[in-house]
Amino acid sequence: MYVAVKGGETAIAEAHRLLADRRRGPRDLPALSLAQIAGQLSLAVDRVMAEASLYDPILAALAVKQARGDMIEAIFLLRAYRTTLPRLAISQPLETAAMQIERRVSATYKDLPGGQLLGPTFDYTHRLLDPDLAGEEAEPETPARRAVSGEKVMRVSDILDGEGLVEGDGSFGPDHVAGDITREPLDFPMPRDTRLQVLARGDEGFLLALAYSTQRGYGRTHPFVGEIRIGLADVEIELPELGFSVPLGRIRITECQMVNQFKGSAKEPPQFTRGYGLVFGQSERKAMAMSLVDRALRADEFGEDIVAPAQDQEFVLSHADNVQATGFVEHLKLPHYVDFQAELDLVRRMRAEYEAKRAGQAGDEDAITSEAAQ
Amino acid sequence: MNKPQPHAGPVPGPGIAPGEQGRPDLRRRAWMGLFARAERGQLEAFLKREASDVAVHPVRGPETGLVMVRGRIGGGGAPFNLGEATMSRASIRLEDGTIGHGQLLGSDRAHARLAAILDALGQTAAFTARVAALTQEIEARLTADDEGRAEETAATRVDFFTMVRGED
Repeated sequence: MYVAVKGGETAIAEAHRLLADRRRGPRDLPALSLAQIAGQLSLAVDRVMAEASLYDPILAALAVKQARGDMIEAIFLLRAYRTTLPRLAISQPLETAAMQIERRVSATYKDLPGGQLLGPTFDYTHRLLDPDLAGEEAEPETPARRAVSGEKVMRVSDILDGEGLVEGDGSFGPDHVAGDITREPLDFPMPRDTRLQVLARGDEGFLLALAYSTQRGYGRTHPFVGEIRIGLADVEIELPELGFSVPLGRIRITECQMVNQFKGSAKEPPQFTRGYGLVFGQSERKAMAMSLVDRALRADEFGEDIVAPAQDQEFVLSHADNVQATGFVEHLKLPHYVDFQAELDLVRRMRAEYEAKRAGQAGDEDAITSEAAQ
Repeated sequence: MNKPQPHAGPVPGPGIAPGEQGRPDLRRRAWMGLFARAERGQLEAFLKREASDVAVHPVRGPETGLVMVRGRIGGGGAPFNLGEATMSRASIRLEDGTIGHGQLLGSDRAHARLAAILDALGQTAAFTARVAALTQEIEARLTADDEGRAEETAATRVDFFTMVRGED
């Protein structure tokens, strides 16, 4: 029997009213503006854009505000908004080699063309809470400036490639069409291009944990950070009415080139392999984790044994999306009254049978004991 | 379910004049990029000052939608779909039939419309010089921003020095 339960409209309306109040917080404090959130909590905004898979700093700031800082809720909001918009265009692939660099470091070469550019990094900070930020904050110093060397900031993969010691960027046959998980359901085994799309919007915590697991021995890949770069890249689209491509503006992205354990075979000379990470916004933890997981997921390409979770496509790619994950986990709190009643009924019946059986057995045992006594 | 779209740019909307197809018009391409990145207020002020009496007819939009942003595997390999970005676009027609297109990242439809008007005006003899001057202004500001950012980044460049150790 299916029983529909109605009710709760008033309670829900009042709960939302209470939520609006609590979201706003104490009224004697000024409300946050979107510009403040986008400008001062920019890495939170970047994370929301990356995992919602929608680049729009102002809308992402709105999502953070509306979600009271709950990142997954904010990601959910922005992802949901995305579905209301038509797709107008597909961009030309970003030219990450030509981005305006804001940070660029390599762990494999000390001296490399373009240099090590630290940019606005948390690295080398002492991770001590700064009481100066607690009260009325003094204006920070103006950043120093230094003449630009003009040297081309060469990609580390190109440097290694010059010697032929690293595999290529990763290509498919001419007929291959890039997969798109917003249009087609996930299907396994999944080609690398589509996997990268899943990873790029994947949950940072999940990818971080998987990446960490590979370092601890669950699918080890012997990684080195060839290069991390953060910067601004042009987005261009082809305008068919004009027959040429035009720039739409720039987006901030983080790219990680991981250089991994070399492989060689009878056909291929020994060379380094690679993992790739590319993420919206400034997010090198995510880009690094993505590149480690990308490399781990290429196990079958290199004939590696698939023994660890991070190497298992279906496991990694089916569970990386935090909007899906939270939807399924959180749905458990919604009314399951009827399901549970059915289960309760079943358990009661099983229990009754069990008790009856036990009583029967106890009777037999009593009989045996009294026989033995006699 | 949505029909998969072919991997090309936007579908031409109604009223897009044929025959505009051609080899890349580098000057037009450049100014479209500049109008996209300019402050909306600067475009608004220019049009109010220079072209307040110009009649503009909408052809398409302004509308906001998505652009699927692509990357390349390994930075230079096969394309993959990285994620989407909001974009706005508009196409307009001037009285003389000149068509202008404006397109930019973000949800600012008014900005897209202003960019389209400027794109059209830039193609007319009466406005070419003035629009060129505006693009120079925009470019100067954007270049200054970029240079400032590059110099700030350059100040964080690591200068390695070698410490001599040992007896030799």
